[in-house]
Amino acid sequence: MNWMAWTGVTATFFSVIGCILIFMTILEIKSPTLEKKGFLPIATTRGDKLFISLISAAYIHLGFLALVDTVLWVALCISILWSAVVFRWG
Amino acid sequence: MQRKVRDNKAWFLVLPVFILVAFSAIVPIMTVVNYSVQDIFDQNTAYFVGAEWYREMLRNPALLDSLGRQFFFSFSVLAIEVPLGIAIALVMPTKGRMAAVSLILVAIPLLIPWNVVGTIWQIFSRADIGLFGYAVNALGIDYNYTSDPTAAWLTVLLMDVWHWTPLIALLCYSGLRAIPEAFYQAARIDRASKWAIFRHIQLPRLKSVLVIGVLLRFMDSFMIYTEPFVLTGGGPGNSTTFLSQALTQMAIGQFDIGPAAAFSLIYYLIVLLVCYAFFTAINQLDKAK
Repeated sequence: MNWMAWTGVTATFFSVIGCILIFMTILEIKSPTLEKKGFLPIATTRGDKLFISLISAAYIHLGFLALVDTVLWVALCISILWSAVVFRWG
Repeated sequence: MQRKVRDNKAWFLVLPVFILVAFSAIVPIMTVVNYSVQDIFDQNTAYFVGAEWYREMLRNPALLDSLGRQFFFSFSVLAIEVPLGIAIALVMPTKGRMAAVSLILVAIPLLIPWNVVGTIWQIFSRADIGLFGYAVNALGIDYNYTSDPTAAWLTVLLMDVWHWTPLIALLCYSGLRAIPEAFYQAARIDRASKWAIFRHIQLPRLKSVLVIGVLLRFMDSFMIYTEPFVLTGGGPGNSTTFLSQALTQMAIGQFDIGPAAAFSLIYYLIVLLVCYAFFTAINQLDKAK
């Protein structure tokens, strides 16, 4: 695996994504999702909400990197907060 | 009462596809993410730099210019190719030998490889020996795509329109052929004008193929590389340097793997977002049906 140039941070990042996907799969088997319409312009399933949360998190982080010089913890907190809002009311 | 399915062995049939996708997409993307947070000197020497490359790329004026050019190019291509493709599809013969002949003629540009398209237009547009370049200059217009950025832009746009409008035309043609004759009969009974038929029958029925056409053309034009590279080489100056070319120069020309990886991921995120928007639009259309 040396050719993939792993670092501790990226390994943790992908492990977290992997764990989220496994957790969502188990949750889907135990309690299948239903499409719901919230404040988002489309009706979404749990998987849609996860995708929207992840892609939003990526853009929030990029926005912070492009415009602000603060540490990325702020972007991470905003992303988590936004994801919670999407999952609860999205 | 519905019986609960206990045998889930069918999932194993998905395994080969999962392995294929893992090798062709997931593992390479993971590697690019790993590269994007490191300063790589050689196979064994790399230093962790965190999000530094992302910050640098997002504030790099040359790359932001390429990004702006890329969006402008993609939207220009869509603004020209979609109406033109619809217009061509509307006038194409529907019956008889001419229908087959016109289909073949329209499809020809799609069969030509990208690098050959670039070469054709490079020669065709030259002011000294190219038919197009010579004719434009003969009309008294000073046209030289190798030295004038506006001429270079117009040539790249014209080349893309020539190469890819047939795709939109063929998609629309198939969409138009799928409209039942009864719709036209009803329109004739109502004495509807040609415009009314187009506005209220043809265009709504073309919505699905147009969404697919716009998605394909946006994605393809957003990732354009070969044709402008062969035609103008990104010049004059950087006036026709699009994202893929800027990225290739950085990754292969300068061997700046870390910054190139960071920019690749930003590029990927843009494509992913647009893809998701179109995918959602197609799903919504299907649900509306």
